[in-house]
This record gives sequence, C-alpha cells and structure tokens, in this order.
Amino acid sequence: MPETIAFYVFSAIAIGASALVIGQRNPMHSVLLLIASFGALAGLYIQLDAPFVAVAQIIIYAGAIMVLFLFVVMLLNAPQEDAAEWDRTHPLRQGVLARFGSLLALLLVVELVWALLGTSDVDRPVGEQAGAAGSVRALGKVLFTEYVFPFEATSVLILVAMVGAVVLARRESDES
Amino acid sequence: MEWLTPLVAPFIVLNAIIGIVTYVTLLERKFAARMQSRVGPYRVGPHGLLQPIADAIKLMMKEDVVPTAVDRPVYNLAPIVFLVPCMLIFATIPFAPGLGVADLNIGILFFLAVSAMEIVGLFMAGWGSNNKYALLSAMRAVNQVISYDLPFIFSALVPVLLAGSLRLSDIAAAQAGLWFVFYPVVGQLAFIAFIVSTVAAENRAPFDILEAESELVAGFRVEYSGMKFAIIQLAEYAHVVGASFLGALLFLGAWAGPGPEWLGPGWFLLKAMFVFLLVTWVRWSFVRIRVDQILALSWKVLLPATLVLLIAAAIVVVWRGTPGV
Amino acid sequence: MMESFTAVVPMLCVTVAALAVMGAEAFRARGENLPVGGLGIVGLVGAAAASVLLWDRNAVSFGVIKADNFGLFVTMVLLLVGVLTIMLSAPVVGRDGLPKGDYYALVLFSIVGMIMMATANDLLVVFIALEILSIAVYVLTGIRRDDPQAAEAAFKYFLLGAFSSAFFLYGIAFTYGLSGSTRLDRVGAYLAAQSLSDDPLILIALGLLLVGFAFKISAVPFHMWTPDAYEGAPAIVTGFMSTGVKAAAFAAFARVFLSAFEPFSGDWAPVVWLLAAATMVLGTFVGVAQSNLKRMLAYSSIAHGGYLLVGLVAANEVGKAAILFYLLAYAVTNLAAFGVIALLGAREAANDELRDYAGLWHTRPALAALMTVCMLSLGGLPPTAGFIGKWYIFSAAVGAGYYGLAIIGVLTSVVSVFFYLRVVVMMYMADGPAATSAPVETPRVALAALAAAVAVIFYLGVLPARILDLAVASVATIF
Repeated sequence: MPETIAFYVFSAIAIGASALVIGQRNPMHSVLLLIASFGALAGLYIQLDAPFVAVAQIIIYAGAIMVLFLFVVMLLNAPQEDAAEWDRTHPLRQGVLARFGSLLALLLVVELVWALLGTSDVDRPVGEQAGAAGSVRALGKVLFTEYVFPFEATSVLILVAMVGAVVLARRESDES
Repeated sequence: MEWLTPLVAPFIVLNAIIGIVTYVTLLERKFAARMQSRVGPYRVGPHGLLQPIADAIKLMMKEDVVPTAVDRPVYNLAPIVFLVPCMLIFATIPFAPGLGVADLNIGILFFLAVSAMEIVGLFMAGWGSNNKYALLSAMRAVNQVISYDLPFIFSALVPVLLAGSLRLSDIAAAQAGLWFVFYPVVGQLAFIAFIVSTVAAENRAPFDILEAESELVAGFRVEYSGMKFAIIQLAEYAHVVGASFLGALLFLGAWAGPGPEWLGPGWFLLKAMFVFLLVTWVRWSFVRIRVDQILALSWKVLLPATLVLLIAAAIVVVWRGTPGV
Repeated sequence: MMESFTAVVPMLCVTVAALAVMGAEAFRARGENLPVGGLGIVGLVGAAAASVLLWDRNAVSFGVIKADNFGLFVTMVLLLVGVLTIMLSAPVVGRDGLPKGDYYALVLFSIVGMIMMATANDLLVVFIALEILSIAVYVLTGIRRDDPQAAEAAFKYFLLGAFSSAFFLYGIAFTYGLSGSTRLDRVGAYLAAQSLSDDPLILIALGLLLVGFAFKISAVPFHMWTPDAYEGAPAIVTGFMSTGVKAAAFAAFARVFLSAFEPFSGDWAPVVWLLAAATMVLGTFVGVAQSNLKRMLAYSSIAHGGYLLVGLVAANEVGKAAILFYLLAYAVTNLAAFGVIALLGAREAANDELRDYAGLWHTRPALAALMTVCMLSLGGLPPTAGFIGKWYIFSAAVGAGYYGLAIIGVLTSVVSVFFYLRVVVMMYMADGPAATSAPVETPRVALAALAAAVAVIFYLGVLPARILDLAVASVATIF
C-alpha cells in the first residue's frame, strides 16, 4: 500500500512539474521545476528496483546538467517574458499553422495513451537483462560485454561534442 | 504499529544529527579560538557549553524579514531545498554494524548524488534573493561545485575499489584489518585528495569565495534572517558533518577501534570529529584564494590526479587478485 | 579473438585519422601549416582498403556491427564522399579562414558516425552513430562564426535535429519494450512471430522510428530545416551533409525497415508511399521558385530523397539495388555541384545567387563545364549517372506495381529538368557580373576532385552494369 501511494505521489510530481515547466514565464522557474520532475523520476526508478539508475539520474541530470542549465540561464540573464509577449507567442493564440502543431502534439499524446491502454501485456519483464539494472555488478557486466561497442562508441560521441563545443565557443584565434 | 518502525530510525538519526551539528558549531568556534589564542564562547553555561542553545533560541525568536524584491516562492523554498539533501546524506551511513536508516547496496552513490543536490538549494537562495551579492555568490558556488564534485567522487571511489563494494557497511567492514588511510601510497593520496575536495565542496576557506565577507558580505544568504538563516546554517554544518562521517567511514575504518563492540559508534563519532577538525584546521590556517586559482586547481591538478589515482587503485586491486585488504 | 574486431576496422581507420588530425592541430607550432587534410585522406583510403578486404566476408563485431556487403557498399560511397569533400575543402578552408584542424577532425568524425550508422545492426548503435554524425554536422554548419546566417542555420538544424532524435529514441524504447532487445535480428525475429498481431505499440514504435529517419533524410513533412541549414552552411559542408548524411541515414533506414520491420511492411509501405510522393512533388515545385542556387539544390536534394523513398517502397530486388546505385550516383553528383559553388564563392560574398552564374562560361570554362555535367546528371538526362539511377528506381516501382509513384516520379523529373537547365542556360547564354571579372585559376586539388567526380558520373552513366551487379550482390546478403 505505501508503495502504491508513493508511486502516485512521484508520478503526480513528475507530471505536474513537467506540465508547469512549459507554463512558466520565468525561465529560472522552469529549470527548477524540471529538477523537481527529474527528482520524482528518480523516485520512480527506485520503485522499479533500479536504484543505480535512480542515483545516476540524480547525479547526472538533476546534479550536473540542470545546474549547468541554471548557470546558463543566469549568465544569459534571460528576462521574464512579459504578459504581452507571452500572449503574442503563445502557441494557442497563433495562426492556424501553430494551432495545427498543438493539435498534432495532442494527437500524439492521445495515440500513445490509446496504444498503452490497448496493449495487453505491459507488466511482463522485458529483455534478457531484465533485473540486471538492480545490481551494479550485473549492470557493469552487461555494459562491458553485451553493450561494449555502444559504450565505447559513446566516447567518440562525447569527444565530438567536446570538439564541437570548443570550436563554437573559443575566442577568435589571433593567428589568422 | 507495525508501519511506525521505518519512521522511528530516521526520527532518531535526524534528531541526533541536529544535536551533533549544534554542538559542532561550538567545537569549531572553540577550536578556531584556540588557533588564534582566544578563549572563544565562555559566558553561557560552564565554558560556554550552552552557547549553541542560546544561539538557536535567539535565531528562532528573531523577526523573519522578507525583502520586497525577492522571488517569493524560490526565496521561501530555498532553505528547505537546501536542508533536505544535507539531512538525507545521513540516511545511508551505518553508525555501527546494522545500525543505520538504510544500508543501500549503492550507499556511497546515494550519498554522492544527494550531497551534490545541495547546490540546487544554494542556487535558489542566491538567485531568489534578487541581490547582486547573493547572485554573484550563487554563480561562484555553481562554478566551484561543478569543478569539485568530480575529484570528490573520484577520490571517494578509491576506497570503493579497494573494498570491492558500493555498500557503505561493506566498505567499513573491509577495513577491519587495515584502515584505507594506511593503505600504501594509494590510500594516503586518496585521503589527501578527499580532504581537499571536501574543503572545496563545502565552500570553506580557502575555497570560500562564495561567501567572502570582504567582497560579498555573506554571499548567498545575505538576505536571510531569523529561522530561515538558522536552517541554512544548520544545513551547511550538517553537510560538513556528513562529509566528515563519510571520510571517517571511507578512510579511517568507521567503527573499528579498541574496546567492546558497543563503543563502535563512539569511535566512529570521534573519527568523524577528527576529520571535521582537519577541515576546520585548514579553514582557519589559509587565506582565501582567487576564483581562477580555485578552478585551475580542480581541473588541472585534482581531477587528473584523482583519475590517475583511481586507475592506480584499479591496477592494485587487479594485481592482488581480490578486492579488499 | 582478433576475428571479432574485423568489422569495425574501416571506422577505426577513420577514427584514428581524426584523432591524428586533432593531435597534429594540438602540437602545431604557431603559423605552421600542416597537411592535415592529407592525413584524413590517408585514413579514408585505409578504410577503403579494409572495406575491400572485408567484402563477401560478412564479418560481425561485438554482435552489433555487421560489415556485410550492403554496409560495405554504403561505406565505400561514404568514403568516396569523404575523400572528395576533403579535396574540395582544401582551397575553401584557407580562403574562409576556417579552423583547419577542427574542420577536418569534425568531417572525419562525422564520417565515422556515418559508417557506423550504415553498418549498425543494433538500434542503440544506430542512435549513437546518428548523434555522432549529427553533432559534428551541426557544428560544421555553424563553423563560420562571424556569419549570422550560418549561426541561424546551425541553431535551427540543431534544435529540430535534437527534437527528431527524441522521436527516434522514443521509437527505440518502444521497440525494446516490445521485443526485449535492440539487436535488429532479434527484433526482426520477434516481429516475424508477431506478424499477425495488432498490438498498437508495434505501430507506435514503427511510426516514431519513421519520423526520426524521415527527418534525417528530409522527407517532406519533416523537411523544414533543410533549405535554411543548406543555405547557411558553407557550400562544401552543404555538399557533404546533403550526400553523406543522406546516404548513411538511408542505409540505416533501409536496414531497419527492410529487415527488422519487414513483417509489417503492409503497415509502413503506404505511409512511405505518401512520404515519397509528397517529397518528390514539393521538392520539385518549390525548387522551381528559388533564385539562390544553394537553396535550389536544397529542394532538389529533398526531391532526390523522394526518389530514393520510391525504391524503398518498391522493395523488390531491383528496388533495393537501385537504392544503392542511386545513392552513389546522387552523392557524387551533388557533392561535385556543391564543390563548384564552393569554389566560386569568396570570403566576402558567397556568390551563390543564380544571377551570379551569368556568363560563367566565359570566365571559368572548366567549372562551367563541370557544373553542366552535374546539372544534367541531377536532372536525370543521359548519358549520366542520374539517368541510370532514375531509370532503375522507376522500373523497380513499375515492377512492384506502384504505377502511381512511377508516374509522379517521371513527371517531377521532367519539371526538375527546367530548373537544372536554367543554371546551364545562365552560364552559357547570359551576360552578367561573372562575364566581366577576370579569369581566376582553380586550385589543382579541387579541380582533380571535380574531374574524378565527373569521370564517375559518366562511368556510371555509360557502363552501369558492373556497379549495378555489385549493388545487387550486396543487397542479396542481408534482405
């Protein structure tokens, strides 16, 4: 019973905070709400018997990435959108095209709900590694055997991202 | 009453921590006074022993001033958001074999993850205050925490490698023979790196640029008063104490010590206080360094050094065949 | 033990080359001019040699990289694109003051991602490869940092690309949730067993993956980023991404949909049919209205994506082989066309408006002649590669009974000839700014690359049989 209550509390926080993220005029509030949403997700991971994933979620998303978000928002000194601007750019107050976009988004949500309700066996465990996420040892083993190539390829990905960030961010070279 | 049991342990631990933290402030003030040839608090109670109580009562009775320009929801939530992770870090610490709130199998990761969340509350306080000193302080805090989280985590992972487990009680048990601080070379270097990054991660001098009194008044908490200020102070000290307990557990053998087994928690507390005093000693001995020096120290020295250390520890473990001493 | 590494050797060669370029840049003395482009070419040639040796061996590494002939054929196309890009970049990089080491490293890294994508046998690897190539290409798009148009292009491309990656990832998540694996063979086995089920989750997974791929190949409702990104990027980068990214994405698209999701072709074929038709029609008719050459070629590349989709819908033996052949023909032709645009540009002015080409024949006859060949090939006129490619695609569509698509394809080809020929007419028959300026010498390396490209175009156009046999042989190995 307490598990069920906790599940609904975490889910409500996750969904509610995510919905509020896009409804804020102040970008800083959006980022803070997103952190709350990630924290609630971590709670759900714990309930799924994946504490390592939960902790990784907190360290990486809530702890590192979102703090960088905060930092960037602060450095950009993003102003609070004023009410007129808000009205002008709100997707639902736009022309036909933007409303059509919102309609498509809604359609996607409806479709997903329909599909998830329509499928019969969502509660079966999935995959050869089901349960592996629970133990760090098993997770490490899977990561370095079955998924070793994606794991190593990710290092190339990160390297590319770093090179790209340096290229775009560094000062004009005084050489040319 | 079955469902009450999981609530009892946290209740006891929380209150014990608040008690310890309250008196740790006195310990620090006495210690600092000693270093500066003063006596420190002496008036309230014998040898000033009731001083923390008096401070707490005073802060509770003070008026809670909320400046008009603050971002109210963020400003009001910040102290709580700051306090919660600082208290949660004690959840996984075993104070003696089998004595603790939750001995998770990923205990140390939980500690590191939650402890890193402290920055969110700190940032909310600095930003929500709508004060340029507070904002500058928050910026510096983010800089510093991002830079020092990695060496902090890497140095804390060395004992994990040596013990071969992420569970804190396993790490403590693995030091029954030899405390990791005495582990040849790797242990000492890791301990030094751990202390340095703890001092930096706790924003204490010489890394206290974010509350540098002479330039930023008091940094991110400049607009807070009364109980909110007290909560922030409590959280900061709780975080330091938590890190001290972690240091004692990772490197100083936790509850291991002479005497009967029930003395274990006592030894643990003593070692934690030793780490705390080590940190305090650093705080009161060195002058504040500049932002760029702080960042350079982390990225150019500590981070590569701790990475090499981690690899060295891994090699040692593989070479010896089995994890553990 | 060593056997299990063979399939990754081509991408490893390119990775090493990229790292070497980075290292050379890091230890370069101030003002020193290192031939880093040559370093890249060495790596690409090494990768090509490895691919030739791997031919017909069906090597599999780590269970997720499958160097079958299909993947190797696309790898060869990608390596060719890489070599041509580096050769054509040589004069451009110096002229525009681009950071040389970073530029070549990013080009090589994105080729690594492309090769990985073309040979991946695992949805997770497809995704990582997609991100590697995408991030490198985003940065290349905005590498001229003093140009606001380039920044806008890079930003739009990045935002929309990240958005589509999310769709793709969501599709992978559903696929994994259903089948318990991301390996394409296991997914395929699961789906084959479920081929009669009407589980809506399968359709959702299918749809989300389709959106992700359609974005990368800029099929029509997902093409919005293409004209802006192509126009804002440096011309040579546009050439690179309009060919390399499209080839890699199509290879993965074909592999995922024609092998793993083959049992559900009854569900996706009509959707892809619509995408193909819309892509061909919109790409062609909007292309007619453009006055900027890069923008025009952007719409033309959208339209060519539509022709490739026709081959995917047809999905018969001819169609699959035609996709590979068309990829090769289109890649060489389009890259050469953008190479000419890049060579005609200057640091101050891109010179990529249609009127800038007036009278080009009088000042730079060699470039004008090369451009003419490219335009004819893109328009699908004999005796060029484009003609043969289209011929096979449409005959595949007819063979599979898709008369409607074939008719749309032929009609749009005819319309597209109009705007390709407009360029040619402009170059030979009009008088314009280009006619008055003094003749400029074209850099040798770039000219050699263009000449090689044109040789390939004519070779494919006159003697297609050999390459087509190779293409047929390569599709036989997987599908």
